Amino acid sequence: MVSEESLSATPVLAGHYSPASITDKIADIVLERPTHWGWVVGMAVCAALTIVFLVAVSYLFARGVGIWGVDQPVAWAFAITNFVWWVGIGHAGTFISAFLLLLRASWRTSINRFAEAMTIFAIAIAGLMPILHLGRPWFFYWLIPYPDIMNLWPQWRSPLIWDIFAIGTYIIVSILFWYTGLIPDLATLRDRAAQRWKQLAYGLFALGWRGEARHWQRFDTAYLLLAGLATPLVISVHSVVSLDFAIGNTPGWHSTIFPPYFVAGALFSGFAMALTICIPLRAVFGLKELITARHLDNIAKLALLCGLVVAYSYMSELFMAFYSADPYAIYMTLNRIEGPYAPVYWAVILCNVAVPQALWFAKVRASVLSLFAIALVINVGMWLERFMIIVTSLHRDFLPSAWGMFYPTVWDVATLVGSLGVFALLFLLFVRFLPAISMSEMRKLTRKKTLRRS
Amino acid sequence: MPTDADEKAAASAAATQTTQRAQQRFWRSIEDLVDAAHPAPMRSSMLSIDIPLHGRREFMKLMAASLALTGASGCSRPPLEKIVPYVHGPAQSSYGKPVFFASAVARDGYGTGVLVETNMGRPTKIEGNPSHPASLGATDIFAQASVLELWDPDRSKVVRQANAISTWRSFLTALSERMRALKQRHGEGLCLLTESVTSPTLYAQLQTLLERLPKAHWHQYQALNRDAAYDGARFALGRSVETRYRLDRARIVVALDADFLDGLPGSVRYARDFVAARSLQSNSTLHRFYAVESTPSLTGAQADRRLALPARQVEDVARALAARLGLGVAVEASTSIPADWLDAAVADLVAQRGQCLVIVGERQPATVHALAHAINAMLGNVGSTVVYTAPVVASPINQLASVSTLGTAMRAGEVDSLLMIGGNPAYDAPADLDFVAALERVPFKVHLGLYDDETAARSDWHVPAAHALETWSDVRAFDGTISIQQPCIAPLYGGKSAHELLSALLGDAPDSAHDIVRAHWQAQRRADDFSAFWQQTLHQGLVADSAFSPIEVSLRRDLGAALAPPSARRGEIELIFCSDPTIGDGRYANNAWLQELPKPLTKLTWDNAALVAPALAQRLQLANEDVVELRLANRAVKAPVWITPGQPDHTVTVALGYGRSRAGSVGNAHGFNANALRTSTGFWFTGGVELVKTGQRYALASTQGHDTMAGRDIVRVLSREEAIACKDRGPGAKDTLFTLYRALPTSEYAWAMSIDLNACIGCGACTVACQAENNIPVVGKAEVRRGREMHWIRVDRYYQGAPGTPRTLFMPVPCMQCEHAPCEVVCPVEASVHDAQGINVQVYNRCVGTRFCSNNCPYKVRRFNFLQYAQDVPTLNAQRNPQVTVRMRGVMEKCNYCLQRITTARIAADKEDRRIRDGEVVTACQAVCPTGAIVFGDLNDAGSAVNQRKASPLDYALLAELNTRPRTTYLPKIIGAAREIDRSGRAGDAAPLARGCHG
Repeated sequence: MVSEESLSATPVLAGHYSPASITDKIADIVLERPTHWGWVVGMAVCAALTIVFLVAVSYLFARGVGIWGVDQPVAWAFAITNFVWWVGIGHAGTFISAFLLLLRASWRTSINRFAEAMTIFAIAIAGLMPILHLGRPWFFYWLIPYPDIMNLWPQWRSPLIWDIFAIGTYIIVSILFWYTGLIPDLATLRDRAAQRWKQLAYGLFALGWRGEARHWQRFDTAYLLLAGLATPLVISVHSVVSLDFAIGNTPGWHSTIFPPYFVAGALFSGFAMALTICIPLRAVFGLKELITARHLDNIAKLALLCGLVVAYSYMSELFMAFYSADPYAIYMTLNRIEGPYAPVYWAVILCNVAVPQALWFAKVRASVLSLFAIALVINVGMWLERFMIIVTSLHRDFLPSAWGMFYPTVWDVATLVGSLGVFALLFLLFVRFLPAISMSEMRKLTRKKTLRRS
Repeated sequence: MPTDADEKAAASAAATQTTQRAQQRFWRSIEDLVDAAHPAPMRSSMLSIDIPLHGRREFMKLMAASLALTGASGCSRPPLEKIVPYVHGPAQSSYGKPVFFASAVARDGYGTGVLVETNMGRPTKIEGNPSHPASLGATDIFAQASVLELWDPDRSKVVRQANAISTWRSFLTALSERMRALKQRHGEGLCLLTESVTSPTLYAQLQTLLERLPKAHWHQYQALNRDAAYDGARFALGRSVETRYRLDRARIVVALDADFLDGLPGSVRYARDFVAARSLQSNSTLHRFYAVESTPSLTGAQADRRLALPARQVEDVARALAARLGLGVAVEASTSIPADWLDAAVADLVAQRGQCLVIVGERQPATVHALAHAINAMLGNVGSTVVYTAPVVASPINQLASVSTLGTAMRAGEVDSLLMIGGNPAYDAPADLDFVAALERVPFKVHLGLYDDETAARSDWHVPAAHALETWSDVRAFDGTISIQQPCIAPLYGGKSAHELLSALLGDAPDSAHDIVRAHWQAQRRADDFSAFWQQTLHQGLVADSAFSPIEVSLRRDLGAALAPPSARRGEIELIFCSDPTIGDGRYANNAWLQELPKPLTKLTWDNAALVAPALAQRLQLANEDVVELRLANRAVKAPVWITPGQPDHTVTVALGYGRSRAGSVGNAHGFNANALRTSTGFWFTGGVELVKTGQRYALASTQGHDTMAGRDIVRVLSREEAIACKDRGPGAKDTLFTLYRALPTSEYAWAMSIDLNACIGCGACTVACQAENNIPVVGKAEVRRGREMHWIRVDRYYQGAPGTPRTLFMPVPCMQCEHAPCEVVCPVEASVHDAQGINVQVYNRCVGTRFCSNNCPYKVRRFNFLQYAQDVPTLNAQRNPQVTVRMRGVMEKCNYCLQRITTARIAADKEDRRIRDGEVVTACQAVCPTGAIVFGDLNDAGSAVNQRKASPLDYALLAELNTRPRTTYLPKIIGAAREIDRSGRAGDAAPLARGCHG
């Protein structure tokens, strides 16, 4: 029987590691360890899915968005759902690495690096989606303010422009933050690499890091400042994304609860994705001593917390629809619950509200398998939630004559599945070429642990 | 096409000198011209864009070439003869400006006067001719779509012999050989099959032929004929007469299965008269409208008291009415006609003696027509609301009998040569005739038609017909008014008119259609004033005073006794045939605009369906799109079911015109062929049909999935009393909701629109007119099913009340041109912007296609090019309005109040240094509307018609609570006296009645 206390008491670093041995362990994954067959299989699958994605995108560019199921009145569907979902996934990474850094939560140390990588890959894919969904994607840069010869600027009132800035800022800050944190590790890899080209490559990106005290002092300041910059983004980015909908007058979108609701949802899906990634990662690369049950427990608790905020938002939406006495909002709500897309609504409730309640139990959080299963369920649930918000609001709005349905096509599915493949492919490449766990921070942790013991 | 060119050369050799000279001045294509001027390689380099320039010489050469090309592309082919523009100045000075020619287009033989807009010699748009009595400036959907028919790339392009390419000259040779033998036999064995002939010239030619070849036979047949109406008149009045209705004089109207707003000849005019008589302004001279219908129609949708009965029971109603009015007619005893309906109708008819009207539809047998003549005579309506004139159809024989006779003769081998002038009997002749098999017995079969269709394929010779817009002819309208059809372009594919074919048959000198028509009219007129007459007629679009004057008829006295006794057939399901609301009897099957135009009531596109009542569907456990086999005696057809509110129980209605196999690339393989069940005994309806569920499904594309207003304030419905009370209260202050947005800059003009829902009959002409005017692409059935149709103005149809007896409401929805447009704030690239005239404009070349504007449009009037819908087909390109951009894929588009028309008017006004006058800008939808439901104008002009409409306290904005402040507003639907409505059993969804009155 796993008790709440024993789970909380699990150390964030198991085993007996010295700074040197932990560096060995992590660096070996990149430099020494022979290629694991699981990685190869994973790469093969992901490469296949990436090809699916490329084919889907090429066909899209050749024919137009009509290859998807979007229509009138449902002019947005899978692409925007994917966009919101992928952006949301990024949030947990930033939360773990920046927010928890500011809070000095030492348990973040072994998971922040891959969580940040997850963020960057997720935003990269998220950023693609709105471009793919454009009718004329080759003109996507018209959304960016640039000095064109007609003196024409974007339309600042459109939330899509705010989006460009929010996502743009987010991806720049995320990359900077991630890269800054990587510099000492890149130097370590440079020093340990046996082949010349690896030394050169890592050396180039290590920016001449020599581990001087001055370096460390500046590094710590810069890292902290970047964390300070990144932390508000956790709140702002998804708030802005939510305004894409909240600014609209469509019943089901036009709601002031959207910013916090979306942020909570984003973190919820992000933590779920962090679990989805780190559980196989620690198994395949033997990192169970570095990423312990304590980490999983903490992430699960955070997911539970976010899940509760999301559940509250669902209830609030229900309540507000009826409290507002707006017939359109009431109809929209009832239509979600009992209309043609009711299965989606109930799946969302099941995945995002009912199933995560299992996380109250220490036993569930201690079981890696059940955590993994719940994380997958939440991932699916959060995707469906975004689909529900977008499609069920649009498909029946004001004039019944204009009501319609959305049915996805094979290309919708190919784009979604393909994007998952691209994400996983990038991640698999990341774990082989960069340290998935921060060596410099882990060394600090071992030192702290030694100090505490002595 | 080499054969084409050969043939043209051959024809011109034989033609008059004028023609020859004209021939030399024109070229058939840009290639012809350029070919002559430049060798081929030069041409190809000229046409590519990125040519490296190596100095001044090359540059000059290219400039010269491109100038030559500009000239070439600017030239199209006007017809060879002199044609007379209607309004604007001479054609020569019209570069870049449209020129209008008066002409006429026919629907099932009956003409409507039109003005054909031509741009640089290309007919691009049809407008109604305001001085033509059948049009008064409006047209129906068919006239609108005729311009697409002209440019249809699937039209028959060459003469075919046994389905191989041949020439007109070879045909003439074959024909003259044939005729030599026929002449010796005085025409024995020669049969002509035409559709209803209303052309005086053609009739004269036919008469000449029959005089010269007395043993030849002339048969007539068209699937939508008026046999019953003429038979009924012959039976009751002793002669074939045309019955014309004066709805402007009627106070009570009873329609017996008569779709006079959409189906009868002259329906465009009738719709205008009907709506004018029903409007609040006219103090509603038309008090009450009763309709009995076997199939829901636009006419029934306007009825105050609508009764849905199987077609065979309409006769019972007619008999009951006649009997109650004291006509001594036998009445079917076990009749199930609601007594309260009959009581009310009879009471109203009696009370409004001389000012009431009973109208019967084509579908009803001669007996019902005869009864109506008797009732109208008895009520003293003849001469007031009913006018009898000479028949419009030149020879109003019973066409069913005629085609049956022909079939019999063909099977008996008595027909040696058969000339089919128009029509498609192989497709639409009654199934029991087995016309196809009979055709095989005829050794020499000639078909003249616009398409290489089912009949053409089975003929020995097929001659492509010239389209109405590319040849000369004449045609009578519903009141007898004659229009000379003048061509607006030379035949695109060397098509021949019926006149030319007959002239060839007569062995006369091969005249052009122009000469034949002109000669006919010259013979009718005094020689000295003829050219003035000709000029005037062409200019006006009609022969002055050619409408038939009323004639005196007398009703036979023994009518009641002479009628066959009523027959009682009950308890079986009745199969009813109807003309398809958008493609008629199939002749418009290859017209993509009409295929994609939603059928007014079912909102189906691209298919016909077996329409059944909700009650019948429930009994047989049928759902929409279930395929049933319709079994009738030994014939069977598989058809998808569409549950239609208002369809009488125990009936199935099927539309003709579908299931074509050789209509063309657009029309083939859509729907099922109802003609396979249509026999000469059950031509319009027949009992005893069986519906057998097959378990299969067939996908239908409907543009509207929800039929009710879900209790929302969308179409406001007021009773007449409420409306008058509200009006009397005078204009109240309209609520202005608070807004955070700044007022937009204004200019001299503030364009706005008002749509009177009380005037809208839901015909959909606005949708087609808009499509023609604004280069709106057609997307096809699969895309419509996805909900991607592109119509900028749609006509929403809502039902209220019980599914069996619903009230049908229509609402045209174009862009509302909101002053606070939700689409504008969300567009990231400023492609959706407001102009100073108050129009929410869409900048196509700035649009990147985020579609946020569409999501944020509460009216969902924005249309997106999800794929490359605008096709690049040379002939279809020629139809396009040069003033309107053709949109590419990925671009949002929508109604912009015909901005190009506003701009044209503004340029004209600016040149004269004045404001645009009220009524100077007429949008395409407004121009075509038969009932004047749409009014457009300037809000800054205090006296404008649109301001007068908007001053009404009844004026309301759709979804006003969203504070979008639409420039397009509505006037409510007004229904008969409130008392009456309650009695008719209206149920549910009554909320809108309570709302709808400002102040």
